[in-house]
Amino acid sequence: MVRSTGVMVSEQVQLPPFQALIDEHWRDVIRLARALAGAVDGDDVAQRAWEKAFAAYPALKSARNLRSWLLTITARCATDLHRARKPQTPLDDAPPIAVTGPDADDWPDPDLWRAVNELPERQRLAVTLKYVGDLDHHGVAAALDTTPAASRRLVSDALTTLRDKLGVHHV
Amino acid sequence: MSDLESRLSRLAVPANARPPVLPTADVAYALHDTPIGTLLLAVAGGRVVASSFGDEETLTTRLARAISPRVLRQPGALDDVRRQLDEYLDGRRHSFDLQVDLTLASPFQRLVLSDLPLHTSYGHTTTYGQLAGEIHKPKAARAVGTALGANPLCVVLPCHRVIGANGNLTGYAGGLEAKRFLLNLESKS
Repeated sequence: MVRSTGVMVSEQVQLPPFQALIDEHWRDVIRLARALAGAVDGDDVAQRAWEKAFAAYPALKSARNLRSWLLTITARCATDLHRARKPQTPLDDAPPIAVTGPDADDWPDPDLWRAVNELPERQRLAVTLKYVGDLDHHGVAAALDTTPAASRRLVSDALTTLRDKLGVHHV
Repeated sequence: MSDLESRLSRLAVPANARPPVLPTADVAYALHDTPIGTLLLAVAGGRVVASSFGDEETLTTRLARAISPRVLRQPGALDDVRRQLDEYLDGRRHSFDLQVDLTLASPFQRLVLSDLPLHTSYGHTTTYGQLAGEIHKPKAARAVGTALGANPLCVVLPCHRVIGANGNLTGYAGGLEAKRFLLNLESKS
């Protein structure tokens, strides 16, 4: 029995036009980039993230979770910039320095964002991806190369620290 | 969601934020307003691949599948096409100096469409039956009509010059009003 070639067609990845990704997600990308890298660097991070995504797009193996894919690239670009800017220190236990992060005074809720900035790096990334990026723990975990359980822990530790610092209590 | 969590999600996009600027896409397109309606114009590799009345989402999705998913709205890449179209629609141009690519058309549609500029001439109409004869498919007048209706390169490939044997305009992707406009334009200029 001869099988229809329709099977092959259905296995092809059918990626939407890249413009549709931009139209749908550019605001989310810039929001996350600014939350992670500040207003000035955030625009550069968003621009670089789009360039990387554009270059990698045709080879993408799946058209699912494109938003999460874009936000992961954005978080990595912010981390790369953070690493490049971080002063070299020989001490492993040096306190975390928020070289990047929002220019807290320009933002609504500056106290909150100053406190986010002072979180340990992975907690800061996790909590920002979760709430600014609006990703679930699977998405956060994928972006941070970890497990959903670890993501849940990072976010929960971050929220505890933030509540202590800001003097707010869980209701 | 706790109060703290909603405070975290509340970060707004600033008013001065802009979408990214990217290198020239594999498929660049523009939405071009004309007296006969909005045309979606697209180029790929220096060739015009679309000049169509269809909606943006449907057409860009077809282009993404047929050519490359790197499809971007980049009107600058369409400057020459837009200029030539405007000149034509002003009656100042009688033929297009553009490379075209019928990648969005089926093999039969390509057979019907690719030599349209040779089988028709500015200011004159022909019929579906006549055209079918000229491409050596004398019995295929109806199929020729369907192929013309699917023309992905409206105006650039002049499917509007083909009408019914009884003189009826029959049909046009941009509507009969647009077809009438183009035929009037050509008969006056």
